Amino acid sequence: MAVTKETLESIARAGKPRARWLQATYDFARQRPLGAIGAMMILVMVLVALTANWLAPYDALTTDYGAMLSAPNAQHWLGTDTFGRDVYSRMVFGSRTALIVGLGASFIGATFGALIGVASAYFGGRIDMIVQRIMDVLISFPLIILALAVVAILGTGLQNVIFAIAIPMIPRCARVVRSSALAVREMPYVDAARAAGFTDARIVLRHMLPNVMAPYLIMLTAFLGQAILLEASLSFLGLGVQEPVAAWGLMLRGAAIEFAETAPWMGFFPGLAISLAVFGFNLFGDSLRDALDPRLRTQ
Amino acid sequence: MAKLLEVKNLQTQFLTSAGVVRAVDGVSYDVDEGETVALVGESGCGKSVSALSIMRLVAEPAGRIVGGEIVFKGRDLLKLSEEEMRDVRGRDIAMIFQEPMTSLNPVLTIGRQLTEGLEIHLGMGPAAASARAIELLGLVGIPDPARRLAQYPHQFSGGMRQRMMVAMALGCNPALILADEPTTALDVTIQAQVLELLQDLSRRLGVAMLIITHNLGVVARYADRVNVMYAGRIIERGTAAEIYADPRHPYTLGLLRSVPRLDEPIRAKLDPIEGQPPDLSRLPPGCAFAPRCAYRVERCTEVPPLAACGAAGHMSACWVSASLAKEPVA
Repeated sequence: MAVTKETLESIARAGKPRARWLQATYDFARQRPLGAIGAMMILVMVLVALTANWLAPYDALTTDYGAMLSAPNAQHWLGTDTFGRDVYSRMVFGSRTALIVGLGASFIGATFGALIGVASAYFGGRIDMIVQRIMDVLISFPLIILALAVVAILGTGLQNVIFAIAIPMIPRCARVVRSSALAVREMPYVDAARAAGFTDARIVLRHMLPNVMAPYLIMLTAFLGQAILLEASLSFLGLGVQEPVAAWGLMLRGAAIEFAETAPWMGFFPGLAISLAVFGFNLFGDSLRDALDPRLRTQ
Repeated sequence: MAKLLEVKNLQTQFLTSAGVVRAVDGVSYDVDEGETVALVGESGCGKSVSALSIMRLVAEPAGRIVGGEIVFKGRDLLKLSEEEMRDVRGRDIAMIFQEPMTSLNPVLTIGRQLTEGLEIHLGMGPAAASARAIELLGLVGIPDPARRLAQYPHQFSGGMRQRMMVAMALGCNPALILADEPTTALDVTIQAQVLELLQDLSRRLGVAMLIITHNLGVVARYADRVNVMYAGRIIERGTAAEIYADPRHPYTLGLLRSVPRLDEPIRAKLDPIEGQPPDLSRLPPGCAFAPRCAYRVERCTEVPPLAACGAAGHMSACWVSASLAKEPVA
């Protein structure tokens, strides 16, 4: 093989960690254009949420009874609702609620799930059996049913919604991570860590957990889209975040249904936002799973 | 010299669906301070389980230590609490594993894996631990140790990883190192390097070693005393010279005869030991080696042989050991 300029460059690149990161991002975008589109959509959503104060022409809670139910026009780009609140501004601020709940619930759910999964695999035997049966019971409820039950116990509100969505995700992540951790458990370096006199907690947290990062990240991104959809569903049912907080699911309910024919903009645009957000996270999550799964790797 | 480790009548069993497997069945041996002792035997004879028993790392609940004493520095390790035992592991007794490719955690840096034990057992701060880690890597002959600390195990070759394992074992200045097949996964030239390194360091630092191996060449070159194991029991014990020049157990004799030799004319075939090792869950009533033994007498299949002591502690558990004295080794 002739040594080309490109080979030399790639060798030079491999030496620098930051260049390697850029290269990995570039490869991901080139090999998985759909994943890159998903990532772009997520990026736009994050940017909108961060700059909501500048992007939104009105405050999310300001009512203007002179402009109730007005159709999209120059002042109110996407129209107004029954209280005369600007739909576009509420959508922009609603992205914050969606992201906070989505990220919070997925992070808590996936992290606790991973911890339980790794610990269960490490201790094995009776502990593993009992933990897995509890997880089986929790997993047998559909996401939304268990979330509804948790809301019924804890009550509504932003924090409780995050917990309500995180709890049904814990057993799903625990099971996936456990199966990876079972393989890690049998690796000699875990025995070596025990022979070095480390505590069980240290072995689980410092030695095994970093080895199951791939399934953890996959579950985390897969949960993000689901969590946003679940938050919208709970809010739509009146069990999620409460009025007057700006949230996409809330905007779909109540008056939006009553006036669906005369003022369709009230429900159409938030619905579109939910769809696009979930679509973006799922595209990215699927591509990330493929990229991290060695069996699906093309090269 | 003072006794560092005394294993007395150790019994470790595994409960399986096929019954109770007596992996270690009444084994006794000892290691003096600074001495190198070998535990030799074929696969499945219980030598690794005996080492894991010393560390109390036999996989529960299937495996358990059902009897015996493991006296280390005057304390019976089997009577310590789990917490006290954790302090012994890695600090007083360190272990080197067979597979250098998988015995290091792939996601932690070399530096982290070296310093973790130092921080936990010796209470060193990060800076002191790093300095010690660099010293240790230098000690085991890894060039440019300061730069190596930030690297990951996949950037090390097999031989370097095993050196790294040696460095990790030496970290807390242990009194005893258990080396379980330390060189089996390495190629021959690297094997010699790692063994020379182990021997050199154990001499210099006064660390006792228990080498577990099936490689008789390793034993001859590096061990002071040898214990030969068969079917969960020690069947012959003596100094390396005694075992090689004057083996008194038919199994040891068979092992030595089945080693290919460079200093003799090429023979068409090696002399193997006929048959298979016995099923450890169904041991015969007499000597476990009797079914494969060419020197078998009637008594062998009925009564387990007593340990007959020869000159100065050369022990052989065989009814006909005295008559083996004149047998040629090769």
